[in-house]
Amino acid sequence: MCLGIPGKVIEVYERDGTKMGKVEFGKIKREVCLSFTPDAKPGDYVIVHVGFAISILNEKEAMEIFKTFKEISRIEDEISN
Amino acid sequence: MKFLTEYRNKEIALAFSKKIKRIAKNKWVIMEICGSQTHTILRDGIDLLLPENVILVHGPGCPVCVTPLEIIDYAHELSLRKDVILCSYGDMLRVPGTKGSLNDAKAKGGDVKMVYSPLDALEIAKNNPDKKIVFFAIGFETTTPMNAKAIEIAEKEKIENFYVLTSQVRVPPAIEAILNSPGCEIKGFLAPGHVCTVMGYEEYEPITEKYNVPIVVTGFEPLDMLEGIYLLIKALEEKNYTVINQYKRSVRREGNKEAKKTILKIFETGDMRWRGIGVIPDSGFVLKQRYKKFDARNLLADKIKSEENKLCIAAEILQGKKKPTDCSAYRRICTPENPLGAPMVSSEGACAAYYKYGK
Ligand code: SF4
Repeated sequence: MCLGIPGKVIEVYERDGTKMGKVEFGKIKREVCLSFTPDAKPGDYVIVHVGFAISILNEKEAMEIFKTFKEISRIEDEISN
Repeated sequence: MKFLTEYRNKEIALAFSKKIKRIAKNKWVIMEICGSQTHTILRDGIDLLLPENVILVHGPGCPVCVTPLEIIDYAHELSLRKDVILCSYGDMLRVPGTKGSLNDAKAKGGDVKMVYSPLDALEIAKNNPDKKIVFFAIGFETTTPMNAKAIEIAEKEKIENFYVLTSQVRVPPAIEAILNSPGCEIKGFLAPGHVCTVMGYEEYEPITEKYNVPIVVTGFEPLDMLEGIYLLIKALEEKNYTVINQYKRSVRREGNKEAKKTILKIFETGDMRWRGIGVIPDSGFVLKQRYKKFDARNLLADKIKSEENKLCIAAEILQGKKKPTDCSAYRRICTPENPLGAPMVSSEGACAAYYKYGK
């Protein structure tokens, strides 16, 4: 039940005063409640749990981590060569 | 898929493996709290990438597994009532109760519906005004805000036939209970990234200071986990007892303010029973007095006698004291088709993970 997977917001709207949106997970589209991520906008990636987005993924931080990954690979390569 | 596949690169995983082997000088027992992470570890063989002196033990972070048997029996009983529709997450339906699972209740004529979200249960309540709709609201901090939101909406829209049967638990008091248990060998924790996405990690800081343990907030993909383990071992070797955030793309120190605000509007913290572990002080979220009218416990007066299966050692497994392979019933009697205990049912249970990935 705790399947927190990232999906892409493709539409944002309001229903009965609650912020909702359509989120795409690969080929599947689902309606998701966005009331905990009021800043979510189309194009953002969100983590969704039981029908609610709980965070907007931070692209800058996501890029940072790849720098670390690359660095680690490089250092380990150097050590083993 | 973006934000998924790029965290599954094999070469980088091997580089992390080498790096961890190089820096781990001492023997370290570390625990991943979250059941989804247990599954990543077994699915991707993360444990096989670690040196012998780094020992991973699995924690209690399986929401289905820690939901007390009494509450499952209670849900079973409620679902058999003619005026009740019981709505539950799919995982919960197969957990064996004293008189059978919720699926068995359904076979006996109980009205049990599988839902993906508490909002689905709310919709069912709107469409069935002559029935009482009970949402089986189990889980950790990741699903508590959604339960709170559903109650907030039910109150606003005057949906008076909506009830919740809650078993909502909090991770930080469980970490303390594990650290306080006699003979505890765990020296560091991987904290669950999505619980911390909601709650932030301020609550973990006093634990690192009080018990001299590092805690790394960690994501769920293989490279997240390997980096989390690397950071944890590094902190242990350097005696750096702080909270480190590996899962920065989702977790902020203060967490999700909106979600926290909604939780604290409807719930307050209180003592909570964890299946197999017992009562942990202040480890749950319970309805505030003002919202007690939504409590499904008011619907049944009778006492229910619950009885645990004698063979099942889920209690020790949930505390990281034993592995599923130590259970005499594992694979021989207990299988996903015929589970004796919750950890064999749930997609986050350690026994199910061992079974699925062929341990
Ligand atoms: S293998 Fe089955 S019986 Fe044994 S601990 Fe796991 S769930 Fe319980």
